[in-house]
Amino acid sequence: MTATTARIERATSAYRAGLTLLLAAACYEAVARSGAFPAALLPTLPKVASTLWALLLDGTMLEHAGYTMYRVLVGLALAVAVALPLGILMGRFRPVENFFLPLASALMPIPSLAWVPVFILWFGLGNTVAILIVFYAALFPMLLNTWSGVRAVNPLWLRAAGAMGADERALFWKVIIPGASPFIITGLRQAFLRAWIAVVGAEMLAASDWGLGWVIFDAKEFLNADVMLAALAVIGAIGFLFERLVFGSIERATVMRWGMVRTAKG
Amino acid sequence: MVARTAFPFLVVALAWEVTAHLGIFPRKLFPPLEEVAAALVRLTADGVLPHHVLDTLLRLLAGFALAAVAGVAIGFAMGRSRRAEDVFLPLVSIGAPIPGLAYAPLFLLWFGLGNMTAVWLVAFVSAFPIIFNTWTGVKAVKDIWVRSAQAMGADNRRLLHHVILPGALPYVLTGLRLGLAQAWRILVGVEMLAAVSWGLGWMIFGAREFLNTDVMLAGVAVIGAIGLALEKLVFQRLEQYTVVRWGMMS
Repeated sequence: MTATTARIERATSAYRAGLTLLLAAACYEAVARSGAFPAALLPTLPKVASTLWALLLDGTMLEHAGYTMYRVLVGLALAVAVALPLGILMGRFRPVENFFLPLASALMPIPSLAWVPVFILWFGLGNTVAILIVFYAALFPMLLNTWSGVRAVNPLWLRAAGAMGADERALFWKVIIPGASPFIITGLRQAFLRAWIAVVGAEMLAASDWGLGWVIFDAKEFLNADVMLAALAVIGAIGFLFERLVFGSIERATVMRWGMVRTAKG
Repeated sequence: MVARTAFPFLVVALAWEVTAHLGIFPRKLFPPLEEVAAALVRLTADGVLPHHVLDTLLRLLAGFALAAVAGVAIGFAMGRSRRAEDVFLPLVSIGAPIPGLAYAPLFLLWFGLGNMTAVWLVAFVSAFPIIFNTWTGVKAVKDIWVRSAQAMGADNRRLLHHVILPGALPYVLTGLRLGLAQAWRILVGVEMLAAVSWGLGWMIFGAREFLNTDVMLAGVAVIGAIGLALEKLVFQRLEQYTVVRWGMMS
């Protein structure tokens, strides 16, 4: 009985959700076709779809997406390479924490995009600026989450492992790293989100001929709102896919399998 | 304690000074700290910096106020009514994962260069965390609180005022806090893109043309200080006065 009502409710929800999206699309389409706004500023949906299709077919969109991904992944990898060891050291050793925590708290409130003009002066336009901005944006969520993760490892586990004769190395690999991993994965997730936001901004400001952010900004010059909306859709899709597929599967393969967070959460 | 906090900054400042004075990089690009400080004092004294700060803060407030009102209202509706949830959730989940600045050129096309774009974009982007958190907060109000209030004869209005609003408040505050942080990050970027005539983002971006690295670094410092103040002074106070005092959070 309750199972059927739940199913009916879910079906109505899905039905209503679909209806909303259709209605929103129809409203947009009606406004776009009414001619109240210039067609260049408010292109119809079929136009956006055909532009997206054309850009995907001739490979330009893929190339732009490739450049953006390259910048995000390199910046993110650098951030992880710095933040992970540093965060662990901060969590394990008091003096390291005392030194780096004030610095991190002072730098964190500065939005990464504020560094764009400075980095442009130092490194010129191009890839380096975008990668460094991504690095800056991704560094702090990663660092702070790793640090709190290591500190949140249950001291009982440490003592139990120590009592069972684990040496420093075993303690580190078998207790501290798995214990901190839910935090570390959360940090990675937040870092990616920040990085994804930062890269779009950096590409717009430090124009470098390729990249999804640059496409959108460049399309403004020629009033190509259809190209903009198409690129916007690609940016949203990549962000969504990363969030769901990549991080979802990382989580399933590690912390969920180890039973550290419950499946119901995700 | 103070000495311990100051120590890392002294080390970094010293390293900066040494690098700047050694002349490895051109002085114009890597100014020593005393030049940055001098720029900060000069800009404050002739009133340029306060004007930039004021305009930026006004934009932040206007955008954030719009986002807070709309976001809390939508989030509340979504939490209370299944119909509203079904209607808004798909729209919100499509809009949220796209980075805010990606919308900037579109807003520039629609609203033109200047204030309108900046305020609308800030409002639009910072609304998402507020909506999500308010929605979660309203749904997280314990069923038993609602039922016991109803059993004690509370009507709908009292239920809303005395149970659901206070119950959802910790989440709403978290949402507002995330929204404000988001708004601040976006605003700096959008001021660079939208060519507003005054504003901190524009100040540091414009300084690039004249290689005024000292002005830029002074601007970055002010941006960081404002970000820190928004977080520490505004929200921690607000939390102290409400949810912490009511014993809902420690």
